[in-house]
Amino acid sequence: MQLEQMYQEIILDHYRSPHGSGLKDPYDAESQQINPTCGDEIVLRVKLDDAGEKVLDVSHETLGCSISQASASVLTDLVVGQTVEESMKVLAAFQEMAQGRGKVEPDEDVLGDAVAFAGVAKYPARVKCALLGWMAFKDAVVRVQDGKVEA
Amino acid sequence: MTTAQAPAGAGLAGLDPAALRPDFAILSRTVRDGRPLVYLDSGATSQRPRQVLDAERDFLEQHNSAVHRGAHQLAEEATDAYESARARIATFVGADPDELVFVKNATEGINLVAYAMSNSSIRTGLGPESERFALGPGDEIVVTELEHHANLVPWQELCRRTGATLRWYSVTDEGRIDLDSLELSERTKVVAFAHQSNVLGSVAPVEELVARARAVGALVVLDACQSVPHLPVDLRALDVDFAVFSGHKMLGPSGVGVLYGRTELLAAMPPFLTGGSMIELVRLEGSTYAPPPQRFEAGVPMTSQAVGLGAAVDYLTAIGMQNVHAHEMELTRVALDTLREVPGVRIIGPDSLEARGGTVAFVVDGVHAHDVGQVLDDRGIAVRVGHHCAWPLHRRFGVAATVRASFHVYTTVDEVAQLADGVRAARDFFGVS
Ligand SMILES: Cc1ncc(COP(=O)(O)O)c(C=O)c1O
Repeated sequence: MQLEQMYQEIILDHYRSPHGSGLKDPYDAESQQINPTCGDEIVLRVKLDDAGEKVLDVSHETLGCSISQASASVLTDLVVGQTVEESMKVLAAFQEMAQGRGKVEPDEDVLGDAVAFAGVAKYPARVKCALLGWMAFKDAVVRVQDGKVEA
Repeated sequence: MTTAQAPAGAGLAGLDPAALRPDFAILSRTVRDGRPLVYLDSGATSQRPRQVLDAERDFLEQHNSAVHRGAHQLAEEATDAYESARARIATFVGADPDELVFVKNATEGINLVAYAMSNSSIRTGLGPESERFALGPGDEIVVTELEHHANLVPWQELCRRTGATLRWYSVTDEGRIDLDSLELSERTKVVAFAHQSNVLGSVAPVEELVARARAVGALVVLDACQSVPHLPVDLRALDVDFAVFSGHKMLGPSGVGVLYGRTELLAAMPPFLTGGSMIELVRLEGSTYAPPPQRFEAGVPMTSQAVGLGAAVDYLTAIGMQNVHAHEMELTRVALDTLREVPGVRIIGPDSLEARGGTVAFVVDGVHAHDVGQVLDDRGIAVRVGHHCAWPLHRRFGVAATVRASFHVYTTVDEVAQLADGVRAARDFFGVS
């Protein structure tokens, strides 16, 4: 059974009771991402501080599989309270692990609970599920920053 | 040329998958830590028997050459092999060889028709005879809510280019085309629909749809991707104007598909792709085009693939398409009966064997299709999960994704029975039982 490698207990826990689930107000920007191969969908909102440097809040509504839901949940835990810069480092590390075909040794100091997704990297078809929330987060942050530049 | 060997599992008494399976080497491999492969994804692509692979190899080792060019011996043999394949495939679907155009796949076949209509619409057709393919604002193209994207997006694009309007028949809760949901009009120029749904398995009422299209003078385009590989299909008897199917879904190679068009329609239709092979006379100032099917086969075509598809058709013919269909209906019965017993399973599509083919789609309450698929994969069972390129249909049923099991001649009752066990395991694993 390789299933447990992919669906580690941490993932199943987050799936059963996802953090940050349910869209919240106020927020600075929202991003919708769709996985075109399966139709899964996430809408994610971010709220940054006035300087645009710190992540104050993340909320999301995810219509998708256990991997995409758990990933969005873990993301919420990892980035809320961090600086935008730090959160982007976590994102980069997560993306590297997820796309590493199981050959990237994840750094637990950076990724925390998200190391549980290392097993998913061995299943190329599921990588997009794991990344869906992270792509929404990145897009939303860029939107806030673009908005601030324009303002 | 070698003559195709008849498959061992064929006979008047029906079809014995166990006897056919040795022809499909891939079926004896294992996956995911040594589990025997249970391949229930033939609707996406089917496996090829040794006879098809041998025909491709024999062609490449003995006769390979560019077809319809050159006068050397290999060129003659290659052309004969290519045209012989066309003739056998034509017989298989009840058409004349000249009514069959080799294309890359069904998707290309539909695009070929759509672009030929587009060309007619901007008056770059052959002449007055191409006018019947011209569309403009106010004209209508009709599809159904259950179409594969291949039979939807090309028509959306054609509407965008010509100003025509796309309309559609909706689908009933049982997964049938709702014939009461739309009235065709004098402005309806094309009615395009799937013979058999690639998700629901439901078989369209072709006769009725053709009658309605005829009554308003519309052209009928049949997406036969999921019917030709699984049912006896006689395109002439169905009286459709165009039809498409793909080699890779009917035990044949990928990279080859077929567009069928009635003789007089192909004769009047302008080309889509242009270049070598499809011309009659070329001058710098302009060119004229070859008669069909060459007019629609620009450039050096796929050859070993066409030959392989010819061998696939021989293989299916030896088994008998009635037997193929009967076998798949038995598998579908088992799939429906066993899945129905699993709590939380909802079949998307007809829960009966009436006007139906061997494709079973379902959702499991509380477990996402991707997760069901992962548990099945862990047991060696290959199914398709997602929207299966029929997103509007999934939206219609209020689901993002379904699990789909689909069969072919080599699928066994035992394999199908493993499906329900796997779904039970998925429910256990995710704690919903
Ligand atoms: C009903 C239907 N139409 C069209 C297609 C497209 O076939 P291809 O991808 O071979 O062009 C498929 C294949 O998935 C299908 O099932």
